[in-house]
Amino acid sequence: MTTMERTVPSTVKPRVTDRARHERRLGWYLCAPAFFVMLAVTAYPMLQAVWLSLQSYRITDPQSRRFVWFDNYTMVLSDALWWRDVGVTVLITVITVVVELIIGFAFAMVMHRILFGRGFVRTAILVPYGIITVVSAFAWRFAFAPDSGFVNSWFGLDNYDFFANFWSSLMAISLSEIWKTTPFMSLLLLAGLAQVPEELQEAAKVDGATWWQRLWKVTVPNMKAAIMVALLFRTLDAYRIFDSVFVMTNGAQGTETVSFLAYRQMITRTAVGLGSAVSVLLFLTVVLIAFVFIKLFRTDLSQVRGDR
Amino acid sequence: MGRGASKALWAIAGVLIIVYTLFPVAWIVSLSFKKGSDVQNQQFFPTEWSWENYKTVLDSGLFTSALRNSIGISLISTVVSVTLATFAAYAIARLEFSGKKLVLSMALAIAMFPTISLVPPLFDLWRTLGLYDTWIGLIIPYMSFTLPLSIWTLSAFFREIPWEMEQAAQVDGATPWQAFRKVIVPLAAPGVFTAAILTFFFAWNDFVFGISLTASDAARPVPAALAFFTGESFFTEPTAAIAAAAVVVTIPVIVLVLLFQRKIVAGLTSGAVKG
Repeated sequence: MTTMERTVPSTVKPRVTDRARHERRLGWYLCAPAFFVMLAVTAYPMLQAVWLSLQSYRITDPQSRRFVWFDNYTMVLSDALWWRDVGVTVLITVITVVVELIIGFAFAMVMHRILFGRGFVRTAILVPYGIITVVSAFAWRFAFAPDSGFVNSWFGLDNYDFFANFWSSLMAISLSEIWKTTPFMSLLLLAGLAQVPEELQEAAKVDGATWWQRLWKVTVPNMKAAIMVALLFRTLDAYRIFDSVFVMTNGAQGTETVSFLAYRQMITRTAVGLGSAVSVLLFLTVVLIAFVFIKLFRTDLSQVRGDR
Repeated sequence: MGRGASKALWAIAGVLIIVYTLFPVAWIVSLSFKKGSDVQNQQFFPTEWSWENYKTVLDSGLFTSALRNSIGISLISTVVSVTLATFAAYAIARLEFSGKKLVLSMALAIAMFPTISLVPPLFDLWRTLGLYDTWIGLIIPYMSFTLPLSIWTLSAFFREIPWEMEQAAQVDGATPWQAFRKVIVPLAAPGVFTAAILTFFFAWNDFVFGISLTASDAARPVPAALAFFTGESFFTEPTAAIAAAAVVVTIPVIVLVLLFQRKIVAGLTSGAVKG
């Protein structure tokens, strides 16, 4: 996470001076408020969620609240709906992240090389980033809707209803997500591109490497770390997808995602116990994804930290 | 391929990016100017441009209160979280103490946290504590994702500030606290400002807590209000009115982006790639 210019070698134990003690105490004083707020707003509710997930509890029926151990979990995990929602979420995650990586990389290359209008392009790329996800979802929904949309008349599709079947709904949702989050991806990749040494590119060019060879043999290997960070961030973010699904299909045509399932159990059905179980499972899945990423690409992540 | 031709190709690619980014925005703006049944004209542009939808939206109490809620809640969350994060990030970037790693890994873990997981416990807890459907009820969960973001961005920025300045002040007899306040704060202000913009965007964009933890226009923020917007009549879907409302809430964001483009890019990339 952090690289300190002034690191004390651990073998030499320095005498703990008043200054050092003072510094340590100040460090804790300064970190304590943020630390405890973070603990209070996430760790505590998460423990509460685990506790709630072990109970059969609906807000509309508080009398029958009781402790059921892992019944909620077995109920969720043995239900085909949960696995279907996991499948849909994974599908959306894979589609959006892969497409974003490709488009984002192309955008980063353009922003890296373009001379004329560079500032303008870099400003424009921030517009989707700043726009509320719900607004993006509405824009794309209205564009595809058979009554208000222009897509059908542009492509001569007559009265085709994009939101009437699974694959076209999924495509619309993914498009909205991709449009909104590619800029973030491309900015992270642009920062990575800037770290690729220009001399290497020149040397490869002198040696007669084609553009394609230079891309795969010089550019990509040298910005592997940035690519990994961008992938990790976007994968975790994409896996939590909720806003676009809510606005565009409200879970219809089998487009319900895991986050949406948790929301529906909790808010629509007020099934606190079951909703909490889904939330805990979602949390564990995210931890698993993060763990796999970090284990697989450990060296790369430490490179990012070490290169300053 | 000559230099000129390659330059032109990059320029064309640049134009394509601009089309990509602005096309849906142009569409929603155009839609917001469609009047009455013109919404169903199935064309990109309205046959007749009209301000009607903007009047509907701005006269609607639900939407103006949502705008007030969003601005208030996002601003308070931003100020509180950036303040707390500034202290923490200063300590992380400048001081030697054990536990630094703990704070940073905790921030990293929380940044990856699926926000919806917090909804069931908070829904239950807030109803018991009477925080359901209040500003505070939203500000507290917003801390959960704005604090890690601020701590990250800020500690990346703070590492760029020259050490010598602070040490020079301490040699001159300043305490660490004075060195922080008199020397580092002015140097750090731009970074703090960037963190504040990014944090504000995050809070402004939130939808999950906005719909789950509110029930009325007492605290419902803009994204949630948009999703529940009914317009003048319950019988027609207020497509164009939603579009107008969307444009109204998008304008401030675009202004911020235009004004602080450089800072936002620096903040987004420094926090993640160098962090």
